[in-house]
Amino acid sequence: MVQRVRASVVAAPSASLINVVGAIVVAYVAVVAAQRIYHGGPVYFAQTLGFGLALGAIYALVALGYTMVYGIIELINFAHGDVFTLGAFFSLALMPAFGLTEGKSSGIGLILPLLGLFVVTMLFCAVVNVVIERVAYRPLRHAPRLAPLITAIGMSTLLEGLMFVWKGPFNLHYPDLLPETQVTIAPGVTIAAKALVVMGVALVLVIALTQFIGRSKLGKAMRATAQDRDAAQLMGIDINRTISATFFIGAVLAGAGGIIYGLYYNSVAAFDGFQYGLIAFTAAVFGGIGNIPGAALGGLIIGVVAAISDGYFAPAWTEVLIFSILIFVLVFRPTGLLGMRVPEK
Amino acid sequence: MTAIRNYLRAHIRDPNPIAYALMFLAAVFFPVVVQFATNGNGDYLVGLAADGGVYMLMAIGLNVVVGFAGLLDLGYAAFFAIGSYTYAILASAHLSVTPIGHAVHLPFWILLFIAMFVAACAGALLGAPTLRLRGDYLAIVTLGFGEIVPRVFANGGIWTGGIPGMSALDVPKLPFWIQGPWVNLPLGLTPDEFRFTSANLTAYYVLMLILITFVVILVHNLQNSRLGRAWMAVREDESAAAACGVNTVGIKLLAFSIGAATSGFAGAFYGAKLSYVSSENFGFIVSVTVLAMVVLGGMGNIPGAMVGAAVLYFILFYFLPQAPAQLEGLATSVGLGSLNHANASGWPGLGEEVSRAKYVIFGLILVGIMVLRPQGLLPSQVRKQELTHASKAELVAVAK
Amino acid sequence: MSDFILRVSGLTKRFGGLTAVDNVTFDVPAGEVFALIGPNGAGKTTMFNCVTGVYKPTLGRVTFLGRDLTGSPPHRAAKAGIARTFQNIRLFEYMSALDNVRLGHHCRMHSKLWDSLFKTPYERHEERRITEHSMDLLTLVGLDHHAENYARNLAYGQQRRLEIARALATEPKLLLLDEPAAGFTPQEKVELMELVGTILKRGITVFLIEHDMKVVMQASQRIVVLDHGEKIAEGTPNEVRGNQRVVEAYLGKSA
Repeated sequence: MVQRVRASVVAAPSASLINVVGAIVVAYVAVVAAQRIYHGGPVYFAQTLGFGLALGAIYALVALGYTMVYGIIELINFAHGDVFTLGAFFSLALMPAFGLTEGKSSGIGLILPLLGLFVVTMLFCAVVNVVIERVAYRPLRHAPRLAPLITAIGMSTLLEGLMFVWKGPFNLHYPDLLPETQVTIAPGVTIAAKALVVMGVALVLVIALTQFIGRSKLGKAMRATAQDRDAAQLMGIDINRTISATFFIGAVLAGAGGIIYGLYYNSVAAFDGFQYGLIAFTAAVFGGIGNIPGAALGGLIIGVVAAISDGYFAPAWTEVLIFSILIFVLVFRPTGLLGMRVPEK
Repeated sequence: MTAIRNYLRAHIRDPNPIAYALMFLAAVFFPVVVQFATNGNGDYLVGLAADGGVYMLMAIGLNVVVGFAGLLDLGYAAFFAIGSYTYAILASAHLSVTPIGHAVHLPFWILLFIAMFVAACAGALLGAPTLRLRGDYLAIVTLGFGEIVPRVFANGGIWTGGIPGMSALDVPKLPFWIQGPWVNLPLGLTPDEFRFTSANLTAYYVLMLILITFVVILVHNLQNSRLGRAWMAVREDESAAAACGVNTVGIKLLAFSIGAATSGFAGAFYGAKLSYVSSENFGFIVSVTVLAMVVLGGMGNIPGAMVGAAVLYFILFYFLPQAPAQLEGLATSVGLGSLNHANASGWPGLGEEVSRAKYVIFGLILVGIMVLRPQGLLPSQVRKQELTHASKAELVAVAK
Repeated sequence: MSDFILRVSGLTKRFGGLTAVDNVTFDVPAGEVFALIGPNGAGKTTMFNCVTGVYKPTLGRVTFLGRDLTGSPPHRAAKAGIARTFQNIRLFEYMSALDNVRLGHHCRMHSKLWDSLFKTPYERHEERRITEHSMDLLTLVGLDHHAENYARNLAYGQQRRLEIARALATEPKLLLLDEPAAGFTPQEKVELMELVGTILKRGITVFLIEHDMKVVMQASQRIVVLDHGEKIAEGTPNEVRGNQRVVEAYLGKSA
């Protein structure tokens, strides 16, 4: 606690100068981007934006899991991105069981089996995440800080390894079940229906989550535990169960994200989650760690930034850009856009 | 005899000198034993051990960052890359194809120190704004850095050789070296300039042995100095250490830079021996391998890091590559030969499966060690106390 | 009239909506024992934290030996000559008693990185010097026979004394003791007062937070009283003892 106060104090003087410099840099880049967007024309922009928002929606779903877990036990669950990939892998393996095959199914008949697929996959991912917490994090809750960080990385590597052993380094083909149509939003300008579907599903899930956290008893328990664990315990809240529930819910979202990811990109590979997780975490921090609307907003923004970078600048530098954003946010504005929900003592 | 026994008793609390002595002896006799055992065909193993030395150097360096100062650096490979690329740019014909137009061929021995210095600077640059962050954030910042650096090198176009990287790097040279029966020559000094090529892997091995000894002595001195004490104090209770006059951010930065320097040092050797650098060789897998080595061997303990490096390197680069063939043979001999072949439903064959197991092994080591035996294989006495006490504290807390 | 070694003026510390210390001003004379008392939650440890740099004051100034130390980080305060102990004992548990005290010398040592790397004669000489000094300090607090024990294996009273020895190793001019007698038996309190006397004789000013009124009245020359973050009295023990506001703060207003 004390250290955190100290850290913000030391950062303050240099931060104001860097804030100015940073603002100038961001403004400059924004101007250049705006120019290129204008030259590229509205059709291309709509496509890029659609792509960015879909990407952002997926990032948002994964970012929510990171931010909730961090808010409650102040630990980065490195394995979360791999739970996301696991969702994609698992759902892929399960598709035949639900009668979902490419080319053969489409339209309204899809909805019921897809729903079933979602539910089963989300449950599976949730159980995996709860087991991870039980095995790798809970025993180390009182150990020196370094220990759970190492097990987190270990778990991430383990999951990647298991998927690697299972399916190898290949890009697996994920059935293309989403509508291929384009939706017209302005004369001659279209956005892919796929992107809209992705955003729609993500939106539904985020709203459901926000309602749950805001209204349910468990949601209240989660918020209380995040603010002050000891006080929550004194109020009779079962901390272990609350933490497990947080992992459960986070993974539910990640599992759904994995399916959407597969449906949209039609390709998954064992190590995808590593990078996706890192970018999603960037989004969570960017929006404000521990802050649920922040994670969603951060996800969308980072997705759009990545798409614009891919579309109008150089794709090879997109990841460098995102990871640089991560470092800059953590160093100069660790509270992110919407600030930390967890109050300082 | 009693003198030895008394010495052993005095050092029972600090078994390190014994560990060092044993390891040094083992290292000295290793090539001899190998050559005997393989009837002179041991070059491959000796070369492999020299490569393993690179990882051992990195483990020793990461141990300073993670074990001494308690900072989780997940992007350690970035400094390794910086060291290798520094060597590649300044010890090859490469610069002649860049706008500079003029190749630079600095000697290996000087470049070892230049690479170390460049990596240390990179470490200081990264560390200065980030080391005051709390542990999780620092970990992920270093992870991000570890992703950024290889990509920057890959995107560096003509300056860094782009994705294919750079090859045909200069080899280390000495005015003379020792030759002997291991290369079928009479024992003595070489008549003219000696070049470290892949024809004489024993020379690389000896060079690595000397470098490791040098680094171990220096790091050991650090551990027993006021810096080592300060690192331990900061790791235990940062606020109390600050109240006692320790500039906590400063010494964390020092640990971080020293770790980076060691990695850069190893990187230069690696680049020279391989005579090739490419950004593909510096991914997260390298960082996590070195971390697993340090955790496995015993964080905070130099012989521990060395043993962890040796054990894990042996498993990954000797045992695992051989295992598929061995396991396939075993399967056939017990009548399960059908497992050896890939089939239509996606089973890639026993051999292929085993060779993919690398990541699973890392994961199991990292999680297993931290949960079951956090002090590692060769714990420092202090760590053992710290970590067993922590699990008791947790029992007490749970019992409440 | 002795010099003032520490001057605190208008010190205020706010945490969000909570004002822990509110516009407190006092001066600590050099060479004496100065006590800070007040009911629980009055802001005493927060005051210590502001002086030693753990917290940056929201308003006000801290002047030490004529130099403005407001908001300096803790290690600078230590280097300037302010040492402290903690209310809930913060030793390095997995280091020996001797190493704890040796650590205290860190800011007074001049070995550079080069010296440490190569174990130069200068480094070895310095290590010998501080080891000797550390043993002297351990002897002063009566712990010389426990030099090699891990700090966590020491008895409670021994741990408190070790913390003082470690603080003394930083060669301070002002020693802040945060409830040094907490949990002590009467005999241990007497020994603690003797130790404080010895420390005074070495020219070190002692500034202490303490709840035991007997200790405070006997040992200190001047006292400042805080309640709910405000200063409500300052003066000699007799002046403070008779102060109505102080009595009310501790005992509550009578109906």
